[in-house]
Formats: sequence, structure tokens, C-alpha cells
Amino acid sequence: MKKYILDFRISENAKLHDNYALLKLMPAHEEALPPMLPGQFVEARVDRSATTFLRRPISIHWVDYDRNELWLLIRIAGDGTRTLCNLQQGDTLNLVLPLGNSFSLPASKNSRILLIGGGVGIAPMLYWGKYLKENGYNPMFLLGFRSDKDMLQYELFCQYGEVYVSTEDGSFGEKGFVTQHSLLNGRFDNLYVCGPKPMMVAVARYAREHNLFCEVSLENTMACGVGACLCCVEDTTEGHVCVCKEGPIFNIEKLKWQI
Amino acid sequence: MADLNVNIGGLKLKNPVMTASGTFGYGEEFADFIDLSRLGGIIVKGTTLHHREGNPYPRMAETPSGMLNAVGLQNKGVDHFIEHIYPRIKDIDTCFLVNVSGASVEDYVATAEKILALDRIPGIELNISCPNVKEGGMAFGTSCKSAAEVVRAVRKVYSKTLIVKLSPNVTDITEIARAVEAEGADAVSLINTLLGMAIDANRRRPILSTITGGLSGACVKPVALRMVWQTFHAVKIPIVGLGGIMNATDAIEFILAGASAIEVGTANFIDPQISEKIVVGIDEYLEKNNIHSIQELIGGLII
Repeated sequence: MKKYILDFRISENAKLHDNYALLKLMPAHEEALPPMLPGQFVEARVDRSATTFLRRPISIHWVDYDRNELWLLIRIAGDGTRTLCNLQQGDTLNLVLPLGNSFSLPASKNSRILLIGGGVGIAPMLYWGKYLKENGYNPMFLLGFRSDKDMLQYELFCQYGEVYVSTEDGSFGEKGFVTQHSLLNGRFDNLYVCGPKPMMVAVARYAREHNLFCEVSLENTMACGVGACLCCVEDTTEGHVCVCKEGPIFNIEKLKWQI
Repeated sequence: MADLNVNIGGLKLKNPVMTASGTFGYGEEFADFIDLSRLGGIIVKGTTLHHREGNPYPRMAETPSGMLNAVGLQNKGVDHFIEHIYPRIKDIDTCFLVNVSGASVEDYVATAEKILALDRIPGIELNISCPNVKEGGMAFGTSCKSAAEVVRAVRKVYSKTLIVKLSPNVTDITEIARAVEAEGADAVSLINTLLGMAIDANRRRPILSTITGGLSGACVKPVALRMVWQTFHAVKIPIVGLGGIMNATDAIEFILAGASAIEVGTANFIDPQISEKIVVGIDEYLEKNNIHSIQELIGGLII
């Protein structure tokens, strides 16, 4: 897919809790949004942060071609993401996009599909769920958060399928981690996961035990985002490959994780 | 438009702007963002005789105004380059050079011989300065004796333009530059990355899998400028300057310090269009200052 470097204007910064921002962006010069697939990401340039040198890779959270609007859900993890989360309406943000591969479509429209997101890992699942629903699939969602105060975008997910929630303190949905959720007693064909690595490893283990198709979204530390610098490599059955180019979406069978 | 042509030891470049090895892939990764034919040259990823998987992840740590990397020359080997990559890039209208590295003198020689046979590769950049491999690499570039030995051996078999990429991790870079000049190097390029380290205080562990890595980016520019300046006064062969060049003004500074051409490296990660912008910016600088040819500017620092 052709990659672009474009200035965007912040049409809204909807603060979600203390540690998250939902940036709504439109191309600054009214260009049409480039085609983007679920699972892909952008590299956002961080201006006006003395300690930030490189761009920050951010999942594509939502795309609305009718409104020509792109959403990014960002968690404050350090100075770079803090600067991004403090952008105000009208500010400009330079993005390189779209980057990386995308989730694989399930084999059939009748496939039983579960999208699992933990914390900010829910970000790519909203666009993926929307895409699946609009293309005649029936995704279900399992979202994991620390507590009800940390929940993100619950109502939006409900538009695209049944939504189940795990919270570590039990303040909403079932208590515990997503892998302990009773939903996983049911039968699924396809699992798609994004979240903290221990969570993805636990889901991958479940998928392998039950012989399920499972894709995970990785976020290895990156520099270039286009497969040039070879910094973000993941060890796979095909050797070291770039998460930014051959990923970020990987079938668990390709990974050398100790599952 | 001013005359931007430069010569690097017999090699004619349409302008002095090249992209640094390991920061620009094989050029193709950036073809969506710029017109590759606008560049003076592209130095492709460090290539070795055999396939190398490189170092384990994590390989990168961001630092103030820069980054450390510990990639460790991951590449699929020179035969893969010749069979799969060269046919895809050979018709792009720019000067493609191959950065050659090795674990032994024999490796360097064998790789250089294979590259020599490629019509559209008019030169190599001999990498005797990679800080991220256990044997070879920087080990060759930190003593005059071993630097001379590898250049002598490669010079015997390699008849096209031979640029030797120098390490800044030495007491006196001009000694190494003189040693490789004496063995017939056509040019030197400097600097490769500075050996550095990053620590995660909370985890009390190094960030890089290899503990140490190579520092690049804006933060290294003053060191690189100083070394280009010193080397310019030590050798007669042309110098290719690199190290922290982020914009056209930085590039002009290197040329004033004595570089005949420059390489843009880490800046490609922040702005994938920066190399082409630097070509435009140099031209604008020359026009504005009424300088007809870039050659007038090389080493033109007023003291």
C-alpha cells in the first residue's frame, strides 16, 4: 500500500481519563484520507518535546472516510506520548501512514470471531470490529481493564457486536484477567489480540491448546517505521523480521514465544 | 540552479547528498516519499559475505536528540543482494554504493569481489567501524595496522571507487585516515556511530540486548564536524561527512569543514523526505549566496 506523509489538524482532543487522549484528526489541507486497513499504524512526529527525538508509532483506532476523519487513541507512556496527548484543537500533527500489515480476514462469514483488547490495546480493535461488521462478519469483543474507571470506548464497541469486559478489581464485568473470562469457555474460530505482552502470551497459549487461529499485534520499540533501520525486529520462524513492516500483526504460529 | 556536481575519487555524483547505510534500506522503502533520482547517492545496508541475523531485540534506545542502535549488521548476505535486490534497484537513476562489512579480511575481499561484478554499483563503502558486532567491524577500524591491512587487501581486488568508513571511537581519527589513504583508499567517510550506552534505572538493566550500542542523530553533530575538520587537514583524498545531519544547514556546515559530499542518516527516520529537502536546501543556499558551484564551498570555512 502506498505510504504518505501528511499534516493533520486536530479537530478534537477528547481526554479519556488522566492517562489517555482520543485525538480526532483531519488532513490539514483537505486531502482525502489514504486507504488504511485495520491493524495498521501511523508514525506521529512529536514536536516541541525536548526529550523526544523519534516519531511515535500509534495504532489506527478508527477511520471514517465519509467524514474524512482519523482517530488515534493514545496512552501517556512517556514524554513523547504526553506531548501528543496535550495537543489541542487546531494544532497540527505530522503523520507517516499507513504503516505495517493488517489483520487477516476469517475464513467464513460464519466464523466465530473474538477480538480481545487490553488497556490501550483496544485501539486497533475498534476499527477492526467496524470493518468486520461492515463486511458481513459478526465479531464479539472481550475488553480488559484495571477497573471501571479505566474503561475506554465501551459504547462504541457495542455498535459492532456483543461486548464483554474483564476488570482486575471486578468493578465492571467479570473480575480478573481476560483469559479468566467465562466467555472463553465458549467456542471460537478466530482470536485477534492486542494488549500487554503477558496477556497476549496467555491468549496465545489458550489458542494453541484449543487449536484456534490467533493473531496478535506487537509494539516493539521502533525508529523508522518503514523497515529500513531493522531496530524493531521480532524473532520468528523466518528469522528476525521487522514489526513495522512484516508486522505489527503476526500469527502466533510464526512467533518464537515460549507459550 | 547552481552546479551541485561533486567528485568522490573518480566517482561523479549529481549532488553531494547521499543516504547513510542502515538508515535508508535499499532506497525502495522511501520511494513513496521522495524521488530517489534526486539524490546524489544511496548507500545500501551493510552487506556481508554470509547471511547475518544481527543482535537480539531490543536493539534501539532513544536518547536526547539521538538514538542508540545495536542492529549488528543484519542482512541476507551478498549473494541475496545480487540475486534479489540489485535487479530491482539497478535502473533507479542515482548512484548506488554498497556498504561492505566482514568478520575477516578474507570476508571483506570476497564480498568486494562479488560487488565489483555489478555494472551499476560504481563503488563500495568499506565499513571498518561498526560498533555492534563482536568480531570484525570496528575492530578493524580502531588501529592503523588492521585498517591498513583490510584496505590493502580490498584495494588489490577492487578497482572501482573505494570509500572507507571510519570509526570515531579512536584517539586520533586522522591517523586512521592517513593509514587508509596510504593503502589506496579513494575517499573516507566519517563518522560511524559513537559507542554509547543506555540504562533503565527502574529495572536496573541495560536497555540494549548488547548493553552498548552506536549513538547517532543530532547529538553527535559537533563531534562529527570536528573530526571532518581535522581529517580535512590530514589527508588529500575527499571526505564524505556524516553524523547528525538533520537539515541543509547542517550539510553546508560539513561541506565548509571539508566534506566533498555528505550522508543523511538518522534524520531519515524523523522525516522520510529530508534527503531530497537537503538537496533543495543546498541549492537555495548557493543561489542566495551567489555561489556558482558547490565545489567552491568545500573546506571553505573562514578562520
